[in-house]
Amino acid sequence: MQQCGIFHETYKKDMAIFQTPFIKVWMALFFIFLAIFPFIARPINSIVGTNTLYLANLIGIYIIGAHGLNILTGYTGQISLGHGAFMGVGAYASAILTMRAGLPFWIALPLAGLITAVVGMIFGIPSLRLKGLYLAIATMAAQFIIEYAMRNWTALTGGSSGMTVKSPSFFGILLDTDRSYYYLIYFFVILATLYTKNITRTRPGRAFVAIRDRHLSAEVMGVNVWLYRILSFGVSSFMVGISGALWAHYVLVVSDEHFGIWLSVQYLAMIIIGGMGHVLGAIYGAIFMTLLPELLRIPEHALTTVYPDIFAIFNSLRDGVFGVIIILFLIFEPDGLAARWHTIRNYWKLWPFSY
Amino acid sequence: MQEFWFFLQLIIQGLAIGSVYSLVALGFVLIYKASSVINFAQGELLMVGAYVCLSLIVQFHLPFWAGFLLTMVFSVILALAIERLILRPMIGEPVISIIMVTIGLSLVLKSFVSALWGTQIRVFPTIFPQAPVRFGEIVVSQVYIYTFAASIVFLIIFALFFKYSRMGIAMRATANSNQVALSMGISVKKIFAISWCVAAIVSAVGGILIGNINGVNVTLSAVGLKVFPAVILGGLDSIPGAVLGGLIIGILENLSGGYLDHFFGGGVKEVAPFVILVIILMIKPYGLFGTEEIERV
Repeated sequence: MQQCGIFHETYKKDMAIFQTPFIKVWMALFFIFLAIFPFIARPINSIVGTNTLYLANLIGIYIIGAHGLNILTGYTGQISLGHGAFMGVGAYASAILTMRAGLPFWIALPLAGLITAVVGMIFGIPSLRLKGLYLAIATMAAQFIIEYAMRNWTALTGGSSGMTVKSPSFFGILLDTDRSYYYLIYFFVILATLYTKNITRTRPGRAFVAIRDRHLSAEVMGVNVWLYRILSFGVSSFMVGISGALWAHYVLVVSDEHFGIWLSVQYLAMIIIGGMGHVLGAIYGAIFMTLLPELLRIPEHALTTVYPDIFAIFNSLRDGVFGVIIILFLIFEPDGLAARWHTIRNYWKLWPFSY
Repeated sequence: MQEFWFFLQLIIQGLAIGSVYSLVALGFVLIYKASSVINFAQGELLMVGAYVCLSLIVQFHLPFWAGFLLTMVFSVILALAIERLILRPMIGEPVISIIMVTIGLSLVLKSFVSALWGTQIRVFPTIFPQAPVRFGEIVVSQVYIYTFAASIVFLIIFALFFKYSRMGIAMRATANSNQVALSMGISVKKIFAISWCVAAIVSAVGGILIGNINGVNVTLSAVGLKVFPAVILGGLDSIPGAVLGGLIIGILENLSGGYLDHFFGGGVKEVAPFVILVIILMIKPYGLFGTEEIERV
């Protein structure tokens, strides 16, 4: 929504990302916060009682992947239940390239993204003829096939024992602490966010949205639907592959257990809860889905001290709480947190007039 | 000759498991046809059914038939609750929301089951005679034969139900076109609810049958995932397709497990249906009997 009193006189102003000085100031403050967060994390940790820097890093990794899935599902309207496995492809690709082929991290990272993009595009080929349900099932098949390959192609992936990975180094500085890795991750988070924000202003991005809204009309208007569907799979898998590679070099061990269908579901839940087709949606969703288990741990701790037996039950009910939250969001807030945020913001802007 | 008997044995076991897939696939297709909802929680419905029946028999010492009937009643109540509370508000929402809502449902059901019954494997009390029978060189456990027979009986019952009963005809009409059925005086809401009930019943039966062969634990819900290849092969909206697809997937799965395991290091059975699924989607995206959506500009 446009603020009152702002009149755009040029197209350039109309297309600007940060349209008002107010937003620019806020964004600058936000970037300063991002930059100094690792230094103020320690006092926060002692108050909250968990390693917030670690959580921030996880959130960053998930934001990159969620942006990727958002491009595919939110912008192009193609459902993928295989993004968990695609993230695994990125992680394994980077692990194999650095540990087996001996490539430096900085070459392995983009290569891992490209390899994931190729895998994603191969499994995206059915999207040329399928959409909706059929595509969701096809990508689910991709999930299981890739998972099987990760587990059973022992010569390449180390099988069920997984692979160990080394921390990357940057001009001689080993990025092996939470703090140094934080900057690496958030560099890519900002890149991915800018890319996602900008993609809707480009020709392919417009084509994606056109295909989502009505693919037949898009085709009539001269959009090459097949090309852009595959392209969307490629871009999306590339981003999720990068996030997988970053994850691998952060956790330092890659194993197939992390990339099950549960991760795919989590990614979908992120963009649904955050808001599909919004740049902010992926960010909110990643934050929400990472912090929620931490929040659920609080009652769990409180209860285990009183009733030790309840721990096991609560542990299994935690997944159920995830399910309930997904269901409640879909029923009561189908447009996600980003839309809720817009509603709240507009309420204050328009007050006392509600329309 | 030895090879041939091995092959035949794999086929027979595949048929037995496949017939259960057919049952579960039938429930899946019913829900999809009536309400265009794809149900990712089908496997969990199956697992819940198996657990309820198991604990009725083992913990409450009911005879099998009573436990079975009570399980059916429970499944119907569960299905009605799911339909009313979760799916009814989602009418008219995009496909992805409906997929996600059933995934959420599957998480809820799975967590309840593991909270109530734990994760260790439990064995069904023997319902069918276990003694193996011999056909020539093949040795087949009787459980497989009874499973196959029971599923076929249920499939026939449902076929007759759809063909001749008023409700079955109404369900077919609704599946054909919601609006036309509505204008003919059929309560489409009621049909949606009933198709969920039928789906829950066939899943529970499938769960009890598979539970008899493999034992019951949380991984039983993975059977629900095997149903996807079956229905895609048969066509998402075709009941005969679901039955045939289930049988074919069961056989192919068993054959690939029997012959390919030593090439790929085990577990081929788990992934083979999905490889088949991708191949089908590439060649014949709407399956053997599915309605092809023709799109022209």
